[in-house]
Amino acid sequence: MKSFLGVFRSLPTLDKSVERCLVLLRPCAGCLVLQLHCKHGVTRTHQLAFQECERLQAIFDTQCCASRLRAPAQVLAEAVVHFPQTLAEVTLGAAAGGRIGLRSHLEEGSEPGKAMVTELWLAPDEFQEVAVVPGSCITFCLKEFRGLLSFAEASSLPLTIHYDDPGRPAIFTLDDSLMEAHLVLATLLDPESDSQPPPATNGSVSHPPAPSDDFADDLESYMVALESSACEGEAGEPPSPTFSLHTPRPAKSDPEEEEEEEYGAVPGTPPHKKFRSLFFGSVLTPRGPGPAPSQEVLAEDSDAEC
Amino acid sequence: MRFRAKIVDLACLNHFSRVINTIAKLAKSCTLRLTVSKLYFILSDRVANGGVSMWCELCQGNFFDEYQMEGVAVDHNEIYLELMPENLSRALKTAQSAKAVKIKLTNKHSPCLRVAVELPSLSSSSRIVTHDIPVKVIPRRLWNDFREPSVPDFDVSIYLPALKTMKSIVERMKNISNCICCVLSASEDGCQSSAQGRDLQSMAEARIDIKKLQQLLVGQQVNPTKALCNIVSKRIVHFILLHEDVSLQYFIPALA
Repeated sequence: MKSFLGVFRSLPTLDKSVERCLVLLRPCAGCLVLQLHCKHGVTRTHQLAFQECERLQAIFDTQCCASRLRAPAQVLAEAVVHFPQTLAEVTLGAAAGGRIGLRSHLEEGSEPGKAMVTELWLAPDEFQEVAVVPGSCITFCLKEFRGLLSFAEASSLPLTIHYDDPGRPAIFTLDDSLMEAHLVLATLLDPESDSQPPPATNGSVSHPPAPSDDFADDLESYMVALESSACEGEAGEPPSPTFSLHTPRPAKSDPEEEEEEEYGAVPGTPPHKKFRSLFFGSVLTPRGPGPAPSQEVLAEDSDAEC
Repeated sequence: MRFRAKIVDLACLNHFSRVINTIAKLAKSCTLRLTVSKLYFILSDRVANGGVSMWCELCQGNFFDEYQMEGVAVDHNEIYLELMPENLSRALKTAQSAKAVKIKLTNKHSPCLRVAVELPSLSSSSRIVTHDIPVKVIPRRLWNDFREPSVPDFDVSIYLPALKTMKSIVERMKNISNCICCVLSASEDGCQSSAQGRDLQSMAEARIDIKKLQQLLVGQQVNPTKALCNIVSKRIVHFILLHEDVSLQYFIPALA
């Protein structure tokens, strides 16, 4: 893309001097020709060499996604600005009551007591559409999301997020009369195992033993106070536990059982994070012992068809 | 042990953010000491810091609209926390248009300083952003390590010129050498005199690492109302920067 963008580097100059732009693909010569017809009979021709690559088409269907959110790109951009630039992943969740939250996702292996955790809640009326499964949450790459947001903000388009269970892809769409954009991001399989730090027995390992003085822990009353000042009429439920699947959820069956089994097996340590790529069998590398080859292949090898 | 504070006034928030930004530029990790009336940011002189130490004092009343502090014990009504000021700086960075900022010490899974920023939004309810900054509570037995450094028996003490001027000079000198020699000469009335006609007895000289001096000057976001420099010849250079409600002392040891 860099060489392509290089042709259009100085927009004001182009605005003033270019009358027509011709884009021509020459497959036999293996180049893309960009011809700028400028004033005074000047023609600038750029030849960009290209390489044909495998056609990869991700298979996804926004209709299959259980949850959907739509908001002006600006609202979401203002929300992500509070997260550190270096943060890799963020967890998006829906609380009971319709509020949508974003929370920093701590990497597997990072000590819970070391990194700063940021959490933000948006009221449902900030969104144009909220059709989500209460208690659902997904974790995806923040960097990619930020990139999409800056593009969407520039075109002032509302952004729609379609998502399903953790592990299934999340689809971000922008719709316009002129174009349609889809960004499909993989989501982490067990987001709650990492946003929820290990139980107290392990927690004390990373800190010096607490003094006999009692920590005043008014977290509950504090969160209630925040909640009541933030959303009138909301039940006093602290938002953070929503992200934790330790609160029983009747809908979930397998992932929860899996997670409990692992907790049982190795008490006090967080379960391995399984990152399953559902797209191109060999492309994305799983972190940790991912069960890759036996996965459902959604994109066939185009070579096999020839 | 309990700590809760709230800033509602934007100017106070802005000022507090600038102080935190200054501290963040000077220390990667430092100690926050909370008392009933003041906050202190302390960096004690360890080898890891290159021997520099810092003591920054703020009057809580000048920044916070609400401030409640209950120390570890009745007779030791203070709290000492170790934290990374950069985290606090980042939390406050995007809070510049906030309706209110609440800071609270919590212990959900591990001790944290929770910064809750209430932001205006177009919807009926405000947007709340919370930042959980991990902290380490420093036990009482280690509190002695963080006592206020005494002002050294200096040889010469002067009022500094505008820090901006000093900053640009030091930045250029950095290209010449790794260390800078601070030479202060004082005439009888204690003011800085010209280089000629020096009386050797009233001169003080110390060689310090130029990067440390630059770090101090670059971090300053507000020009102090008073800036002093004390030198103990060949031992230490002591800077005191005074603003209306904040005082910052910075000690740079001389190089061997």
